[in-house]
Amino acid sequence: MRFHLSEEQIAIQDAVRGTLADCWPMERLHKFADSGDDFDPDSWAALMGLGLGGILLPDSGMGLLDAALVSEVAGEMAAPGPLIAQLLAVAAVARSGSEAARAHLDGLVAGTTIAALALGDSQFVQSARAAQVLLVGDRDGGIALVEAGEGVTIEPVQPTDRSRPVSRVSFAGAIRHELFSAGDPLAASLCDAALVLIAADALGGALHCTDISVAYAKEREQFGQPSGRFQALKHQLAHMALDAEPARALVWYAAYAWDAGLPDAARAAAMAKAHLCDVYVRSTRAAVAAHGGIGYTWEYGLNYWFRRAVLNRAWLGSPAEHRVRAAVMAGW
Amino acid sequence: MDLSYGAEAEAFREDVRSFLAAAWQPGERRKADLKDYIRAFRRQAVEAGYLYRSVPKRYGGAEQPVDVIRAQVIREEFARARAPMEVGGNGVNMTVPTLLEKGTDEQRELFIRKTIEGEYVWGQGYSEPGSGSDLASVRTKGELSPDGTRWIVNGQKIWTSQGMQSTHMFMLVRTEPDAPKHDGITYLLIDLDQPGVTRRPIRQMTGEEGDHTFCEFFFDNAESPVSWQVGTRGQGWQVSRTTLKHERAAIGSADGLGNQFRKLVDLAKEVGRIGDPLVRDELARIEGFVLSHRYTSFRLFSCSAAGEDPGRVALMMKLYLTEIGHEMALLAQELVGEHAFVEPAGAGGRGPRGPRGPEKWLDQIMGSLGNSIAGGASNIQRNIIGERGLGLPRDLALELEAGGGRA
Repeated sequence: MRFHLSEEQIAIQDAVRGTLADCWPMERLHKFADSGDDFDPDSWAALMGLGLGGILLPDSGMGLLDAALVSEVAGEMAAPGPLIAQLLAVAAVARSGSEAARAHLDGLVAGTTIAALALGDSQFVQSARAAQVLLVGDRDGGIALVEAGEGVTIEPVQPTDRSRPVSRVSFAGAIRHELFSAGDPLAASLCDAALVLIAADALGGALHCTDISVAYAKEREQFGQPSGRFQALKHQLAHMALDAEPARALVWYAAYAWDAGLPDAARAAAMAKAHLCDVYVRSTRAAVAAHGGIGYTWEYGLNYWFRRAVLNRAWLGSPAEHRVRAAVMAGW
Repeated sequence: MDLSYGAEAEAFREDVRSFLAAAWQPGERRKADLKDYIRAFRRQAVEAGYLYRSVPKRYGGAEQPVDVIRAQVIREEFARARAPMEVGGNGVNMTVPTLLEKGTDEQRELFIRKTIEGEYVWGQGYSEPGSGSDLASVRTKGELSPDGTRWIVNGQKIWTSQGMQSTHMFMLVRTEPDAPKHDGITYLLIDLDQPGVTRRPIRQMTGEEGDHTFCEFFFDNAESPVSWQVGTRGQGWQVSRTTLKHERAAIGSADGLGNQFRKLVDLAKEVGRIGDPLVRDELARIEGFVLSHRYTSFRLFSCSAAGEDPGRVALMMKLYLTEIGHEMALLAQELVGEHAFVEPAGAGGRGPRGPRGPEKWLDQIMGSLGNSIAGGASNIQRNIIGERGLGLPRDLALELEAGGGRA
């Protein structure tokens, strides 16, 4: 019986956290947010240099849980993308029989070939302008790898989430390699994995919002006291922690269920996506409230997490949509 | 991650099953006959090493090394066979561990065996009408008899579970009225069967009353030998903080919550609302918390088995459970509708009750409020999470009282 992280898993998280602390400080995030770019080559090279690209290779000795731990730290640090897309593209291509797609595998694992995620019926795709390939499709209709270039139209928009900017993307006659055909359980499974990774990003973001609110309450003084001494704020902060910390195990379970192929893996992914995206939205709102005026400024940067929570919530289905699925899967 | 218990534990499970198949055959036994059978069964279970594992053999325990996985397997298999576990209650959960840690040999000899065999039932004498969350403000007085051999106790205790059945009480009494508040308390054991003790059941908001509800106790020159004082005079506060971790990690509370959630789904079906999209959404929303609680209990259990500290999340479980109970109560109240107009028979209690429909949820709807109060009120839990979990500074009033001076 083991249901807590190993030293190796904690070390992976620390490595990702340390790397991002170096290459993705707040001033870098501010610059990126105003640059109009949708991809940051330096932090990407640093992350891929850790070997993260290969986590979801079938023979990596790791699994979705490890990928989720990485995604959690990316959420915590508001890292730019397209990390989730890259992890999933490797998982998909490595499990497919398409030789044409597999020709991209080494580049995807190394991070030199950049993947974007266009699953579901959304027209918005993160890092679309930087991507060489796009993972396209949905759980019922099958999944394909599409080559960027001719037949792929990309229209930049003013993105709400400034750390993972989206563009509006449409396809017409693009080069397409089918990975999983309609009805292939791997297509649904890949979509489930995406939900778990988004939930993990939300978890990291929610925990970060809690932690910086707590840290601020220790240093901010009002009425001659650290504001965190006042019970009203202390209780708000306790509730932020109460909302986020126990939900960590929900993400762990969903990832573990996917790795172990448990019968409730799909439902666990839906529950984790719905619950964590709700938690994240609540946490970012509570964090702004707990900070007061400074939290409402652009400069402080809390808004990047708030904006990330907006995207995570709607990305690949809202909490309410996944609860509808969870209800059906439970046989209610 | 791996949620199986491992081969060693599964082999142990087979042993427990074989034991239960042979030793637990209550058949049609009833009343006194059944009681004797249960007593004999528990003795066999101790002999086999399954009950009272942290209690030394000389006091009637099984004296087994701490092993949370084995303890969990035992709980699961006994529950599956519907076999009786330890007698439970405050005596087993609090008196026995406290005496093992802080008691004298004489006290252990005197009390432990009779407690685990169910002969002695212990009431907790902590809360007073004026001392709830501020427990260290207790005013029940303990004074030495002129010859110095007995404590003379005067005052009032309240919210004593199993009060009508209790034979003894462990209590906090103020013995040094001039000392700082936390240093003036002594931890005392007392026999409740004496003229100076009066007990009265408290009728609860659920309507529950009689033999199974909480009691209040009045002490009017009640007496207890000085040798029944646990720990040093004036250091009772520290004695009461003794928390032993003997195989405490359990998945039990998560199972209870999961069962209750399943019943809530059944209720939605029973009243014909399971197809209502709003009800389905609310059920799934609540289930997100129920599952988070369940998997976090796995996490705590796993850390405990590995001897690792799970960190701040351990401080959150009580409040989390309480809050989920409230959420379930609110949805249940929506679902029961007019059924709630009729109070269920035997409300809240363990007494006799007839067939019950959806109105039985009134028990949970009211009972869930008890969790916000008992065993550390929710606002105290929020303080604990904020201060011990998140490292926020203590409330100014508390810091000054604790002698921290100006913060």
